[in-house]
Amino acid sequence: MQKLTNRSVQIDRSPMTFGERIYLPALAKGLGITLGHIFKKKATIRYPEEKRPFSPVFRGLHILNRDEQGAERCTACGLCALACPAEAITMEAAERKPGEENLYREEKYAAKYEINMLRCIFCGYCEEACPKDAIYLTETVMPSNYTRESFIYKKEDLLIPNPIKQDSK
Amino acid sequence: MLLLQIDTAFIVEKSILITVILLGSLGIAMYATWAERKVSAVMQDRIGPNRAGPFGLFQPLADGLKLFFKEEIIPDRSTRFIFILGPCLAMLTATMTSAVIPWGPDYVTASGHVFSFQVADINIGILFVFGVVSLGVYGVMLGGWASNNKFSLLSSIRAASQAISYELAMGISLIALLMMTGSLSLRDIVAQQHGFWSDGYFSWNFFKQPLAFIIFLTCAFAELARAPFDLPECDSELNMGYHQEYSSMKLGFYLFSEYINLFISSTILITLFFGGYNFPFMDLVATHVPSLLFAVICISVLLTKVILMILFFMAVRWTLPRFRYDQLMKLGWKSLIPLALVNMLITGIVILWVKK
Repeated sequence: MQKLTNRSVQIDRSPMTFGERIYLPALAKGLGITLGHIFKKKATIRYPEEKRPFSPVFRGLHILNRDEQGAERCTACGLCALACPAEAITMEAAERKPGEENLYREEKYAAKYEINMLRCIFCGYCEEACPKDAIYLTETVMPSNYTRESFIYKKEDLLIPNPIKQDSK
Repeated sequence: MLLLQIDTAFIVEKSILITVILLGSLGIAMYATWAERKVSAVMQDRIGPNRAGPFGLFQPLADGLKLFFKEEIIPDRSTRFIFILGPCLAMLTATMTSAVIPWGPDYVTASGHVFSFQVADINIGILFVFGVVSLGVYGVMLGGWASNNKFSLLSSIRAASQAISYELAMGISLIALLMMTGSLSLRDIVAQQHGFWSDGYFSWNFFKQPLAFIIFLTCAFAELARAPFDLPECDSELNMGYHQEYSSMKLGFYLFSEYINLFISSTILITLFFGGYNFPFMDLVATHVPSLLFAVICISVLLTKVILMILFFMAVRWTLPRFRYDQLMKLGWKSLIPLALVNMLITGIVILWVKK
């Protein structure tokens, strides 16, 4: 029969030697290997004291960004809600009043912005769809909670603190 | 009218001893589960439980509490009385053998009262142990039958057949040992292994009967249904075998009785082959140390040896692959029994020749 590769090994069907039949030398050798592993370095990562580093494109919790002057970037255009395959994002727009120029970049802003974390699949389509660089997925892993209502993250939970004033709106 | 004189001091003393031994064996079995997880972890390049207290030392308590809080399910069509009896029998036979083991040397108080560390010094000590171990098979079989589950029944039949096959080889290998010691009482067997070196040779029975030790060790593995003979209860092959229908504390009893059996089997092995509580230079220590402290030292030496033996059992579990059922039966009937008989024959010949 023609062999496909030259890696095949002929099976050794010779009868067992005395040393193989009594099994004790094999036991001793095996014990040597097992007991040797006690002194090797362990592969466990002791979470949460040690954490594995994530890659730079890791998709974790969302944040709503601000620009260099401290104004919110999000204009409630709704492209992220449209792009979301799980329909997790909902928002309500509001008009900027004359005295709030430093808070919002454009005339329209999001009065209510909610992401239902139980629906979100962390695909990152909202991040790709946003034209204003407003929503990002960070490295934070989503924490657990007790009730379904507590998983609907409001705008306060998502917006990052103002880098200039060091307080969040 | 006959006035019965009840020796209350004797009853109180023995009750305290029984309580201490029982609690001790329960405690050691509990921490044997912890040690099993930790030891198997370090042999597999990982760390075991380390969250439930420093080094995970409260893990057995957490496991016990978890089992208490689970729902107690008794299948509708099971034989209710036998269903509940199974784990109780397993636990009973596991704890009963600890009564005849000599845990330490006799302690003679200043007033001449002899306090013995053995609960019952019967003159058929080792035979009692064998009888109780044979009764342990009932716990397994009744559990499998009463579950009204075909797969549990098959598994329990397999476990029982494994246990009774290896009991034979165990008994025959011990006959050779008993021919040498001349007595069945465990206290005499330990007394004959006094010290470490006597009459120009090692006094421990391991050096006098190495083949009997190997056969007895293999049979102990099979009696405990521990790897590599753990087909009745292997984690990955069957869905739990004869304890599938059990929940909550009845399951806890089955699992716990396995670890108590491990502790007691290790102690019996050490008592028979490794000199029990004897250690080298013990006469030298006995003259320099008050006799109560000497008894405590002997007990701790015994416990150290038992712990080392338990660690050996655990190391072998993670070293050897499982035996298939027919390989297991072949080993028990066709290899170990002839080997034990040959050992008995050789021992008999040597004894007669030396006596001449």
